[in-house]
Amino acid sequence: MADAVNDATPRITYREALRRSLHAALSTDPRVFLMGEDVGRYGGAYAVSMGLLEEFGPERIRDTPLSESGFVGAAIGAALGGLRPIVEIMTVNFSLLALDQILNNAATIRHMSGGQFSVPVVIRMATGAGRQLAAQHSHSLENWYAHIPGLRVLAPATLEDARGMLTTALTCPDPVVIFEHVMLYNVESELAADAGAVEIERAAIRRPGRDVTLVTYGGSLPKTLDAAGQLAAEGIEAEVIDLRSLRPLDQPTIIESVSRTRRIVVVDEGWRSGSLAGEIIARVVEEAFYELDAAPARVCSEEVPIPYAKHLEDAALPQPDKIVQAVKKVMGHG
Amino acid sequence: MTAPAAPPDRDQALQLLHGMLRIRRFEERCAELYGQTKIRGFLHLYIGEEAIAVGVMRALTPDDAVVATYREHGHALARGIPMTAVMAEMYGKASGCSRGRGGSMHLFDAGLHFYGGNAIVAGGLPLAIGLALADKLQNRPRVTACFFGEGAVAEGEFHESMNLAALWKLPVLFLCENNLYAMGTALERSEAQTEVQEKARAYGMPGIAIDGMDVTMVDSSAQQAVAEVRAGGGPQLLELRTYRFRAHSMFDAERYRDKAEVEAWKRKGPLVRFIDRGKREHWFDDGDIAQIERTVSEEIQAAVDFAETSEWEPVAELTRDVYTPWPTP
Repeated sequence: MADAVNDATPRITYREALRRSLHAALSTDPRVFLMGEDVGRYGGAYAVSMGLLEEFGPERIRDTPLSESGFVGAAIGAALGGLRPIVEIMTVNFSLLALDQILNNAATIRHMSGGQFSVPVVIRMATGAGRQLAAQHSHSLENWYAHIPGLRVLAPATLEDARGMLTTALTCPDPVVIFEHVMLYNVESELAADAGAVEIERAAIRRPGRDVTLVTYGGSLPKTLDAAGQLAAEGIEAEVIDLRSLRPLDQPTIIESVSRTRRIVVVDEGWRSGSLAGEIIARVVEEAFYELDAAPARVCSEEVPIPYAKHLEDAALPQPDKIVQAVKKVMGHG
Repeated sequence: MTAPAAPPDRDQALQLLHGMLRIRRFEERCAELYGQTKIRGFLHLYIGEEAIAVGVMRALTPDDAVVATYREHGHALARGIPMTAVMAEMYGKASGCSRGRGGSMHLFDAGLHFYGGNAIVAGGLPLAIGLALADKLQNRPRVTACFFGEGAVAEGEFHESMNLAALWKLPVLFLCENNLYAMGTALERSEAQTEVQEKARAYGMPGIAIDGMDVTMVDSSAQQAVAEVRAGGGPQLLELRTYRFRAHSMFDAERYRDKAEVEAWKRKGPLVRFIDRGKREHWFDDGDIAQIERTVSEEIQAAVDFAETSEWEPVAELTRDVYTPWPTP
């Protein structure tokens, strides 16, 4: 495996970037171990941990029973006990079985103990739709986690962030939840052989523009960049902000951009009601109301459990054409 | 089978008596303070169950870990959290052992490896698994003592944790304090198998039931179990049969059990029995008991005085300790 890991092939997948990040963490810190369903012999439900068992052994690449609450809680306990566990949960839908541990223990113990204990656990999970996996494997519940004080919530949308966010999260003394969108695993891009830690509190402007600010994250970033390209062909220059961190939110970067463009559209694969998009727009309205030239807009998932059939699934999700339409309306061209 | 309890010598007997009386009188004072609105929120009294915390804690070393429940005043005191810090926490003062953030249900002490009262039934069990896993992976000879009530055995987290502990042969001692009622629901109305210790066998784990009202039996059983777990024998479960003499919390009218049943259990309570036996066997006499009562009374008064005179946390500090100070790279 070492050869594959050191291979400086310029184009690799998002999955491989994650795997390199896990490999580097396991290689450099003996306190780090990976635990979850099928992370070992199977190689990970999304093949992220392929080959790690052979290199690091079953103590550190630990297959678990189907006991989400049990093994996520065990990771929290192991973090309290001085280790740096990484837990993989197959999908965000399954994470609800562990929500008690994440909310009632991981997020609260530091405060509840008056600052005596920190919980340095990293919880990775797949999220999002697009693979026709229907209503129990496709949801985007990132905002449920971003609601919780005590957690940090990250959504790597690029290979650099897939490689670097985990590295930084493992240096963080508090619980970090990392959402990996299922449609990103096969995305290919160049990644520097020496790519490593990245900061995890700032949003990034992925495309500069003067006419409208598009705020998004995770699996919706490629769709939003696609829409921005289409809009540019029609003379509308959209600025695309990738939130990267969903908690804490990088409010200054959003406000600064909107203060220049005076328009905002938020693209969020979560359901519209109670969405992260709603939170972002509320903050813009609170902080930059008089900078706006148009009412804010959002492109979210339709309010249905994600359906199986391809055309229905596509129709339920934010898509480039919906983003383009929303932007045109905000620009007064709709 | 567990070894018959060796009779304690005089010093041990006085320690056991002191440990139990200290918890009993502390909680009686807490109930009074609740009536005076000095203590608010939930207050779950351990009265009747003191033999368990006192007996088990004696079997642990200072390096071992303890995971407790929301009825954990007894565990906290027996583990060694200063009564001043516990009482101040009840008051919600900044000098409390959880800085006023936790209250009665969330007592913590990092130095004593006391990982909290947990107010989600069975929520502490997975934590105990992880603590023990960390010990095993780091080759530390620690035991994690995990307390929970019999109500917790209905939760999935109990079964997930029992399985993980047995599967990974972790040094966990599961301590089920079976007081027969999960809040107001009797065990036989909630479990198909009411013999809790039997559930351990399904996981290939030793499980034994013990009279949790007999402090010497708890003491000797815990000593044996802790030694076996520490020696690498894998997890064990002790079911400690006991009874809660007081209401579930201060809001409980106790419509679910007969007064006669409560009175019958009180007659075989841990203090009554131990005092009777201790006097009969001449481990101690009334003078010794009076001396312990005076010592305990003084300690409680000092704890109340400490809590009364302690400062409130400034509201400006409200959001401290939500996150750990961390220089982001």
